[in-house]
Amino acid sequence: MSVRVGAAAESPSFPMAAKAAMEDVQLRQNVRHATGVIRAKRALLVEEKADWQQLRTAASRIKEHTMRYLDRYLVQFEQSCVRAGGKVHWAEDADEANRIITGIIQSHGETEVIKVKTMTSDETQLNTALEAAGITPYETDLADLIVQLGSDHPSHIVVPALHKNRMQIRQIFLDKMHLETLGREPKDLAEAARRYLREKFLRVRVGISGANFAIAENGSVCIVESEGNARMCLTLPKVLISLIGIEKVIPRFRDLEVFLQILARSATGERMSPYSSIWSGVSANDGPSEFHVVLLDNGRTKVLADEAARQTLHCIRCGACLNICPVYRQTGGHAYGSIYSGPIGAILTPQLQSMRHSETLPFASSLCGACYEICPVKINIPEVLVHLRAKVVEQGDSPIVEQLAMRAAAFALAGPRRLAAAQGFARIAQKPFLSEGVLKNLPGMLSGWSSVRDLMTVPEQSFREWWRDRK
Amino acid sequence: MKISLFITCYNDTLFPETGKAVVHVLERLGHSVEFRAEQTCCGQMHLNTGYRKEALPLMQRFLEVFDDAEVICSPSSSCVAMIREHYSILAEETGDPTLRDKVRNLLPRVFEFTELLVDRLGVTDTGAFYPHKVTYHPSCHSMRTLGLGDKPIRLLKEVRGLRYIELPGADECCGFGGTFSIKNPDVSAAMLADKMQAVAATGAEVCAACDNSCLMHIYGGLHRQRQPVRVAHLAEILASEERR
Amino acid sequence: MVEGSKVTASARDRILASIGASGNPEQEYQAIERGYESAGTAQKGQKLDLFIERLTDYGAGVYRCTHLEIAATIAERLHARNAQSVAVPHDIPVDWLPQPFEFIRDHASPYPQIECCDGVITGCAVAIADTGTIILDGGSSQGRRALTLLPDYHLCVAFEDQIVETVPEAMHRLAEAMSRPLTLISGPSATADIEMTRIQGVHGPRSMEVVLVSL
Ligand code: SF4
Repeated sequence: MSVRVGAAAESPSFPMAAKAAMEDVQLRQNVRHATGVIRAKRALLVEEKADWQQLRTAASRIKEHTMRYLDRYLVQFEQSCVRAGGKVHWAEDADEANRIITGIIQSHGETEVIKVKTMTSDETQLNTALEAAGITPYETDLADLIVQLGSDHPSHIVVPALHKNRMQIRQIFLDKMHLETLGREPKDLAEAARRYLREKFLRVRVGISGANFAIAENGSVCIVESEGNARMCLTLPKVLISLIGIEKVIPRFRDLEVFLQILARSATGERMSPYSSIWSGVSANDGPSEFHVVLLDNGRTKVLADEAARQTLHCIRCGACLNICPVYRQTGGHAYGSIYSGPIGAILTPQLQSMRHSETLPFASSLCGACYEICPVKINIPEVLVHLRAKVVEQGDSPIVEQLAMRAAAFALAGPRRLAAAQGFARIAQKPFLSEGVLKNLPGMLSGWSSVRDLMTVPEQSFREWWRDRK
Repeated sequence: MKISLFITCYNDTLFPETGKAVVHVLERLGHSVEFRAEQTCCGQMHLNTGYRKEALPLMQRFLEVFDDAEVICSPSSSCVAMIREHYSILAEETGDPTLRDKVRNLLPRVFEFTELLVDRLGVTDTGAFYPHKVTYHPSCHSMRTLGLGDKPIRLLKEVRGLRYIELPGADECCGFGGTFSIKNPDVSAAMLADKMQAVAATGAEVCAACDNSCLMHIYGGLHRQRQPVRVAHLAEILASEERR
Repeated sequence: MVEGSKVTASARDRILASIGASGNPEQEYQAIERGYESAGTAQKGQKLDLFIERLTDYGAGVYRCTHLEIAATIAERLHARNAQSVAVPHDIPVDWLPQPFEFIRDHASPYPQIECCDGVITGCAVAIADTGTIILDGGSSQGRRALTLLPDYHLCVAFEDQIVETVPEAMHRLAEAMSRPLTLISGPSATADIEMTRIQGVHGPRSMEVVLVSL
């Protein structure tokens, strides 16, 4: 089995990638602006919702319940989907999913597909697999189109091109759409995308989508979007293929009343996204005549097996935790080396990959807790981060110096006499670094710290010494 | 009331003044304070960095030391947060029911310093005098895990001579995060830069907080930049009095 | 079935074998805490006002009329937009349609033919005041999904008794229709992908208007 999350296995460590990203002033400005706008809009709409906390609780309970009985709900979904005229395939990993999808397209003799924004297909690197098989994928979500035409990577799970501003986008469109003129306003750019894609919507005979929700009760799939590109891909082609992570299943249709109320508010700061499409199998005279679902595992069952981290799979990919995260806001999404960035990326990517290749991600957080507070399905991300950090340490993957320091600290803290001795030692050890009454130019692991910060000195008398002498 | 002080390992070592201030304020309010010398550390640094095994004995020591304490007070919201958020989970993991019961029994007796004053002792006017312009940084743990809300600010507003100035973007993390600032020094520094800018914008002379760890971080940046703003744990402000 | 179906069958077994708990899912599902608001509390007038406010907020015009004035109101809207050819579902009531416009009744017309229409007129199944949402379920006078997607202008006729206040009320009303193709429309197509600037109209209809009919 080869579980893969995009190209995350080949990415540099978070601290290195973050450092590089933060040197890009334009990127930081763009990220700050975009996250600031969504945060402000979200805050207003959540405030007007008097039952917000009750919705969060219900959402979290529904997800918890579904994960507990996921096997039954998956089978129920499969049966209902087949009854409604759909075909259901199961894929254990990225390659298997890509193979199934390529096979379906080739069986129809097609060489082009139109795609709705789907993170799951980025996870399996479906586009690369399709191209290798001689099939051209067209991304149709505006941001994904910008990313695809610019040979770039998504940097946000809801607004994948938020790191680009209008001038950068305009240049990509001018170059790649072979346009002679193009206005400078966002509406001119949107118009260019409309014209570029319209012909493809009407011509291409296979559509590919992900899913926001898959309903076990009746086999329906739900996709929430803004632009109408998803509606195009879901209704106009002859064949529709939906690649769905197994955690996207929810028990019943009525559960949408919870998720539809929290998703748009959290994701884009709207009461409801402009379009939600919900369909079940195939319908006579309306939409595709053939519908396939590919249910993808790719590491999810492993996450499910770890009870302390299982809540990671409750995520509805709203992106609120990215927008509020003080780390994400400094670095943008690319530093996470994965299509899943921000706090959710920091816990999801390492788990899907069985804690290989991304050991620095669980540490890419100050544990400030803003993500937990904002998450509409109440995922306790800091708790999961701490749990994953322990796994990294258990695997022996933490830096040797750190291991030594932590063991030494544990030794010193094991009793008051040892602690007092360590305090005395620190007073002496700090001497070489003393300058202007503070510590500067610290060695080793602390050098990064002291490059922009001074450290207070260890005072001559500890509290316990003062207390002892006081009485 | 007899109040048992949990000073925390880093306050003990690096910020003894904060401990003295807590003792001073509580005694001024007519309570007696004890310090159990066997105490060391709550285990936060180890747990948060992934050294769970090393955190466990520190928790066990804590439970033992404070077993029969009536009220435990600590001037560190992150350590109180550690105790409240993680002790039950750690105890649960050992599968030892007596440990679990000990934690259950401990939790209602642990108070962060401002919680103790406002919730348990019902005090907001501590009789302090501090003639300075002060802004307040609500540390993440104090705000989100403990939910201190406006308690610290209510305490500050009662201090005679003090002018309180609200900190813009107060709910943003300062970038410390314990070992985060060592493992990700560049990101942490960028977060710190934002916080320092906000602090400077208030024009305050002093930046206060309920966590010396964040203050140490903020001070480190301000001092390097030779900014005139000082930092002070809230307890130290509440401890100061008018000289007669 | 596609090639490799044998491999996928075992993938299914392996995935299913690795998950799941024992218990009573039905009972536990019923016990899920749903403390949120389900039924609305607004008076009818307030509810309609809210619906209109939300739609206006989205930039969708709302035009109120009585049952007898539907055709006249539609005529006014089509004139205002200078719409010549207009697509309609095959089962749209004749008395909605004014003279002398050219209406193209959709019986599986080729997509390009629908695409070049100036607009489309439909009814709806349910509408939600709280979120300004119109819901189409492919039922009577709503047509198939492509019909309300390809033309650049969508005029939707909604009756007052089709409007509920909250999202849960709407889901409840849709219970019977849940397996039909559903489209929830909350304002015209839009994007904020470029510098978070909201642009109305990308691929779906760029303009949307609602005729709200009193009973
Ligand atoms: S973890 Fe929560 S806040 Fe973050 S994307 Fe997922 S659902 Fe949204």
